[in-house]
Amino acid sequence: MTPRQRLVLFGVAIAGLAACYLWAFAGLPGFGRYPGPYGPAILSRVIAQTNATGVVSAVNFDYRGFDTVGEEFILFTAAAGMAVVLRRLRGERERSPVDEARDRALPPTSGAVRMPALLLTGPIVLIGWWLASHAQTNPSGGFQGGVVLATAFVLVYLSGEFLTFRRISPVAVLDAVEAVGAAGFVAVGLTAVALGFPYLYDYLPLGQVPGAVSSSGTIALISFFVGLEVAAAFILIIGELLEQTLLVRSG
Amino acid sequence: MTSVAAATPYAVPNALMDTLQVTLLVLVAAGAVAVVRTRNRMRLVLMLSGYGVLLAVLFFAFQAPDVTLSELTVGAVVLPVILLLAIAKVRKRAE
Repeated sequence: MTPRQRLVLFGVAIAGLAACYLWAFAGLPGFGRYPGPYGPAILSRVIAQTNATGVVSAVNFDYRGFDTVGEEFILFTAAAGMAVVLRRLRGERERSPVDEARDRALPPTSGAVRMPALLLTGPIVLIGWWLASHAQTNPSGGFQGGVVLATAFVLVYLSGEFLTFRRISPVAVLDAVEAVGAAGFVAVGLTAVALGFPYLYDYLPLGQVPGAVSSSGTIALISFFVGLEVAAAFILIIGELLEQTLLVRSG
Repeated sequence: MTSVAAATPYAVPNALMDTLQVTLLVLVAAGAVAVVRTRNRMRLVLMLSGYGVLLAVLFFAFQAPDVTLSELTVGAVVLPVILLLAIAKVRKRAE
């Protein structure tokens, strides 16, 4: 096949693709117009059925809760896989965290980094917990809250040093928290089955006031477990990478 | 066009919202090209972090505040941190 023939073939193919693409585009609904029946159906029922005003959380943790279990285990598997891949190999040794080059002074963390990091750590922990525990009331949820919580630990590393980070987040505790978070979600679903309902059925009292913190039954509980799982998974992943970068040497 | 937003008292005029959304879409497309074309690794990570913020604003303008929160934390903070650590590790090995 000569280059010329190839070019002709490519031209025909790309013209066909462009034609089909434009045809498909012409059939799309107008910008910002949602034609599906699912959204309006959920919006008109969600508060009556769940008492949750955080509709996205109600969808995530109730209407399609089973999908979310799978998604949660993606992160769980990622963190576990990372721990396996980055475990200390036979050819590697862990460098002691003591200063090996005393003659070379490490530049101290600049105040411009240290102060904001110290000042932000507390508020970020608060925001993380608030997000993870208010999935039922406003747009937030366990995933967002968990990641925000994990960034607080990154700030601790930035403002101090790796050893402080490790001291406040021991791997054994993180492993346990991650497992409890992941298993908690599954356990909520299985409890429903044990009570004679479908898997992940919202069997807890839904509360009196729509959008109150105490409303929505299992939605709030699952969000809490997801928050634990996600925060622990992200801190594990970042801690593992910090350890790889700072402590592990080949040789 | 009658949307849910149009019925609320604090609704932004549709034309203004459309302009904002289209502007953000163009910015995000341009930002993606800018990130991919960056050659310096450190600069790339910083660009990626900024791009995460831009994406978060886009999601917010498209009425997805929950996705905004995820993108802000994962795209603008955690992913750049992971990349920075990987770069530091590679650099150390090269020494």
